[in-house]
Amino acid sequence: MRHDPSSMRTAASRVRFLGSARSGTAETWHMRVTSVALVPLSIAFVFIVLSLIGKDYESAVATLGSPIPAILMLLFILASVYHMKIGMQSIIDDYVHAPHVKDWALLGNLFFSFAIGLACVYAVLKLSFM
Amino acid sequence: MAEINLGPGRVGNQRPLSPHLQIYRPMLTMMMSIAHRITGAALYFGTLLLAWYLIAAAAGPDAFATASHFFNSILGKLILLGFTWALFHHFLGGIRHWIWDAGHGFDPAGRELLAQATLVGGLVLTILVWIAACFVG
Repeated sequence: MRHDPSSMRTAASRVRFLGSARSGTAETWHMRVTSVALVPLSIAFVFIVLSLIGKDYESAVATLGSPIPAILMLLFILASVYHMKIGMQSIIDDYVHAPHVKDWALLGNLFFSFAIGLACVYAVLKLSFM
Repeated sequence: MAEINLGPGRVGNQRPLSPHLQIYRPMLTMMMSIAHRITGAALYFGTLLLAWYLIAAAAGPDAFATASHFFNSILGKLILLGFTWALFHHFLGGIRHWIWDAGHGFDPAGRELLAQATLVGGLVLTILVWIAACFVG
C-alpha cells in the first residue's frame, strides 16, 4: 500500500478502512450529558458546603451522612469524576504529544479520576452508615 | 472514506496548521475559552480538597479537626475562594457551551455578550456565595 504523506488518516485507520469518527464522538456527547447533570448537582453541592460552615464534627458528620445530602453528594461526585476525566483527557490529547509521556499522562488521568471518585464515594458511604 | 488532498506543492510532512495563540490578537472570547479550560483543570485538582475533607470526616474527629483547621486558615480560605470562582466560571462557561450547542450566540454581538456574562456572572456568584458563607459562619 502506497503511503500518502499528506494523508490525515493514521496507519491503523487506513488498514481498518475506518474513518476517524466512529466512537470518537461518544466522549464529546458524554461531556454534554454530564454537564447537564452537573448544573443542578453543583448547585446542590454549593448549598451542602454552605450548610457545613461552622459546624462541629458531630453535626457535620450528621449532615453528610443524612440521606438527601449523601445521595446528592454521591451523584455530584460520580458525574464530576467522569466529566473531569474526559476533560483532562482532551487537554492531554491537545498538548501532550511525546509518545510515552502521553500514554503515562492518560493512564495517570484515568487512575486519578478513579481514585478520587472511589475515595469520595467510600467516605460518603462510611459517613452514611457510621 | 474520503481523504483530504492537499494538492501539489503541499506534499511531504507539510500538514495544514491552524492559527494558534501566538498569532491571534487577544480577545475576550478567546480569554474566556482559555479560562474555561484552566478553571476545569483547577477544579480537577481541587477535587483533592473535597476528597481530603470527606475522608477526614469519615476518619474521625482528629482528622476532621486538622482538615477544618486548614480550610479556616488564610491560605485555606484563599484556595476555597479560588475554587468557588473556578466552579462558577466553569459552570457558566458550560451553560455558554449549551447555548452554542443549540446553535445560538455565534454572531459577534452574541458571543461577546456571552463572554462578558460568563466573566461577570462568575464573579457575582462567587461574591454572593461568600457573603452567604459569612452569614452562615
